[in-house]
Amino acid sequence: MTINKKEIEYIAQLAHLKFSPREVEAFTSDLNDILSYIDKLNQVDTIGVEPMNHAMDMTNAFREDVVTPSLTNEASLANAPETHGGSFQVPKIIE
Amino acid sequence: MELHQLTIHALRDKLRTGEVNAVAVTESVFRRIDAVEDRVHAYIALMRDEALRSAAEADRRIEAGDNEDLCGIPVALKDVLCTAGFRTTSGSRMLRDFVPPYDATAVEALKRAGAVFVGKANMDEFAMGSSTETSWFGVTRNPWDLGRTPGGSSGGAAAAVAADECIASLGSDTGGSIRQPAALCGVVGMKPTYGRVSRFGLIAFASSLDQIGPLTKDVEDCAIMMNAICAHDPKDSTSAKIDVPDYKTFLDRDISGWNVGIPKEYFAEGLDPDVLEAVKRAIGVIEDAGARCVEVTLPHTDYCVAVYCIVSTAEAGSNLARYDGIRYGYRAENVRDLLEVYEKSRSEGFGAEVKRRIMLGTYALSSGYYDAYYKKASQVRARIKEDFAKAFRRCDVILTPTSPTPAFLLGEKINDPLQMYLSDIYTISANLAGIPGISVPCGFSSGGLPIGVQFLAGPFDEGKLMQIAHAYERLAAIERRRPAL
Repeated sequence: MTINKKEIEYIAQLAHLKFSPREVEAFTSDLNDILSYIDKLNQVDTIGVEPMNHAMDMTNAFREDVVTPSLTNEASLANAPETHGGSFQVPKIIE
Repeated sequence: MELHQLTIHALRDKLRTGEVNAVAVTESVFRRIDAVEDRVHAYIALMRDEALRSAAEADRRIEAGDNEDLCGIPVALKDVLCTAGFRTTSGSRMLRDFVPPYDATAVEALKRAGAVFVGKANMDEFAMGSSTETSWFGVTRNPWDLGRTPGGSSGGAAAAVAADECIASLGSDTGGSIRQPAALCGVVGMKPTYGRVSRFGLIAFASSLDQIGPLTKDVEDCAIMMNAICAHDPKDSTSAKIDVPDYKTFLDRDISGWNVGIPKEYFAEGLDPDVLEAVKRAIGVIEDAGARCVEVTLPHTDYCVAVYCIVSTAEAGSNLARYDGIRYGYRAENVRDLLEVYEKSRSEGFGAEVKRRIMLGTYALSSGYYDAYYKKASQVRARIKEDFAKAFRRCDVILTPTSPTPAFLLGEKINDPLQMYLSDIYTISANLAGIPGISVPCGFSSGGLPIGVQFLAGPFDEGKLMQIAHAYERLAAIERRRPAL
């Protein structure tokens, strides 16, 4: 499979990234190189093989539903670029 | 020998008898850093004041009879591990001002054991790379040849140990990021079984592959570090509830009668002749120790890098979605609306390799391509795991080269992503299968560069790896050279 510049622009939008025309060019060529290498996976017969999504067989890790100490509001906000009244602040969304 | 050149166990013995104190050891390490760090650049940040304070505290503990092996030992932390109150960057502009509100569980464990943190070690940005060249904070150089890479992504953590700028370090390994730099820098590096060490406070790259592990000067030190960091952690729901043995009890044991699997797929085209020669000699040593080397087959080896390209990028694309310029991390200036905050912050905060992987991962998970890429890769991943399960029915451990070549030149592969990914060709399989692996020095190339041999074992069989790696290290008696810095 190959990917064209239009698709790269669409994927960038999905990933919340913005590229210059030159970057679009470079990523299109890089990704096509990698995708053509990845094509070799189609040589493997995987009919009926259960996909492996975790490294180890695991079941849910349940715990008691009890309150334990956690970060204070102040500590949680300490790294935020902008805060307001104990909350994270973002630019206005609705005019 | 100078104090900074010693191993954990040698220093521990000297600290216990009172021959030296922890402050003197820490000062020796910082003197070494002052002498060589401008050439190596193993660290993003040093913790000089904190280190001297905790060394003094360690001395009080030792005086009071503390018996911890790590008490007073200077250790470096890869900058992907969160340290409460101390900047943690993951090698990225995105996190250049990030100060974690808590310690990673593995960091907390070392602290409890009395370790002295020297600094935060350089790394590829978000651990994405095999050469430490993608770090926003500049490249790390291989102490054995300053024109070459230390490997990556834990290149700073490996170089710091090799250059005696710390006694041991903690790295992380998603596709070989501990073992490959360990091999290229001539130190010991272990990736534990997935789930053996808590990932809490490890900045995520690919959550089903990431694992924290030690880089050390010898195998005994590796066992000591593993004893400190392996444990179940309620804060990491993927951490295993399986008892952790005392890894030191696997040292000095016999391996006669063991079956050691040699996978023919790992000795194919592309393997450097010096590496092949050194690994063959390692096989000879193992046989002299009374183990039987048997040929095993891992038929899906050739697909490991391709599977990794999909699985790791898909997970990375999802994990790195959290960097939006709102709660923490870099925020771009002069933005009009929320979407622009996201796009500009991410585009300016991430480097090219990170963006490349986010793009590939987003594509692989996007509507219409999921089955062709992510699902297919996850199915082949299952076959790879199966290969190992079958192989381990025939042998106790598997022996392979760690890296197909010794350290390559800085700049050699940075513009060819695929060639860079292929430098992890022998290490990626262990992450995909979730099994543990260790790289141990096994000699030098004709050009004087270190070479590593890798041992792999079944899940939670790190003890077996300690046993064979220690037996090998003892018998091979690899010449103890030090880089001429």
